[in-house]
Amino acid sequence: MTGVLRLVLIAWWFQLKIRSRSAFDGLLSMVYPLFFATTIFLMYRAGSAGDTALVSAAVGASVMGVWSATSTTAASSLQQERRQGTLELLVAAPSRFSLIIFPLTLSMATVGAYSLVATLLWGRFVFGIHIAVAQPLTFALAIFVTVIAIGMLGFLLAVSSVRYRSAWALGNMLEMPVWLICGFLVPLSVLPSWLHPVAWVLAPTWGLDAIRAAAEGRPGWTSLGLCVVLTVVYGLVGALVSGWLVDSARRDAKLALT
Amino acid sequence: MSIIEVTELTRTFRSSRGVIKRLRGKRGKDVEAVRGVSFTVERGELFGLLGPNGAGKTTTIKMLITLLLPTSGTAKVLGHDVTVHPREVRRRVGYVFGGDRGLYDRLSGRDNLRYFAELYAVPAREQNRRIDELLELVGLTGRDKERVEGYSRGMRQRLHIARGLLHRPEVLFLDEPSIGIDPVGARELRTTVKHLVEQGTTVLLTTHYMFEADELCDRIAVIAGGKILANGTPEDLKQRVTTGGVVEVEVFGVSPDVVGRVHALPGVRTVVVEERGQAQVLVVGAESGAEVTPAVLSCMDGARVGRVVTREPTLEDAYVELVSA
Repeated sequence: MTGVLRLVLIAWWFQLKIRSRSAFDGLLSMVYPLFFATTIFLMYRAGSAGDTALVSAAVGASVMGVWSATSTTAASSLQQERRQGTLELLVAAPSRFSLIIFPLTLSMATVGAYSLVATLLWGRFVFGIHIAVAQPLTFALAIFVTVIAIGMLGFLLAVSSVRYRSAWALGNMLEMPVWLICGFLVPLSVLPSWLHPVAWVLAPTWGLDAIRAAAEGRPGWTSLGLCVVLTVVYGLVGALVSGWLVDSARRDAKLALT
Repeated sequence: MSIIEVTELTRTFRSSRGVIKRLRGKRGKDVEAVRGVSFTVERGELFGLLGPNGAGKTTTIKMLITLLLPTSGTAKVLGHDVTVHPREVRRRVGYVFGGDRGLYDRLSGRDNLRYFAELYAVPAREQNRRIDELLELVGLTGRDKERVEGYSRGMRQRLHIARGLLHRPEVLFLDEPSIGIDPVGARELRTTVKHLVEQGTTVLLTTHYMFEADELCDRIAVIAGGKILANGTPEDLKQRVTTGGVVEVEVFGVSPDVVGRVHALPGVRTVVVEERGQAQVLVVGAESGAEVTPAVLSCMDGARVGRVVTREPTLEDAYVELVSA
């Protein structure tokens, strides 16, 4: 268990290092979430939203940044590994493939966590949205769990790219639907009822609810618990599926570009 | 027990078709990259797989290191079937390939090694010491904290070798490791490989470079079109294929007619034209005991003839004869 934890932590650290060393990527990561946040705050303000709605939007927009940073890059990251010739080396390593890939997507969610903080600060200092967090510790815990959950959801997207070279498009395709379905910007109650079960199986729905609950001072432990359970389920499914997909990629020669 | 046992190994690739063609029931084309290859490699041996582009060398290696599943046949590395026990094989083999790819450019050389040391389960306490040893071995001490994106091709290749050796593999697979590196770098690489074999590592090497194979390999298998054409020591191969001498004639402007006439001469087995700058060199392989030089020169009417050299056959001659048969 210690070995697994060490592998995940070290792989996460190196992947974070790789991702943090491009000035251009860094600039995009800094500016991109602020555009999102500005658009959302202006829309809510134009709609004469009250303080509670603005706070809810600020929290939603901040988690949206984490999801966007993860979803768009998770699926394409393995294609990038394939292009630079490292995917074969990752598969040829004796460590379990899922334990190598999860830290990779977790590093993306960690980069996305910056946008969470930036959005809240942007809202506070540029738009004057004061977020009074009723339960700071629970708020921090809920953010931590949500970042892990989004990293794990990204992991599910990423493993599909091991077998299917074009699966990188999946992340781009799912980015915006998840904004809506998980209630980042609008309450779930305004969505058609047939979409609710889809929202319930997406961990960010519960993670976001737990963050909002902690900010507003209402009980959010059930949501947090559901977020954790779904994250564990994603991990187990991802570990199982990644084994199949690697075998399939070995059978169909999809690990390398040539 | 042999360290590597390959029996009737085959691998077929299917080219993909567009969705519409697939819906219309049209299947992709099958390409047989490896066709019933069998060979063994003994402990401590340096075994070479020699062949032209597309011969099936890399496909064979990729099956042995568990990156590809064989279509049929069996392959065992250190007693473990590569299909049934891939993780056992991965723990004990190293893989190094040539070229620029396979490294994280944004990380330093040392960070690349630290990352792979973790993935290849090098014990945490040993990692720094092992990395220092390998940096010393490949001559990258002092440059290890620089980002890989600033490394030359030779430095990258040396870092690849260090990466492949991190977990002290019992068998090392080197897939065209000297491709694209300068002569000094290539010589250093050969010294490193020899040193590894002296220390007991079993090495399977693929290369295009005949002198490299001749200098390094204990045994060589020549592979072309997915099949093994010959297998033996470099000396065996030279003896087995070309038993006569070789005449090299430097000419300026040799026509296909001349080549045809030389080929038709009695006692001539092979004729290859090599471009060397402004000149061409006609490399003529003769049968044992045949004296073909005067006859070859008499065919050169109209062409300006330069140097004429008669020599013993090299591994390259044997190789050319085998793959062009």
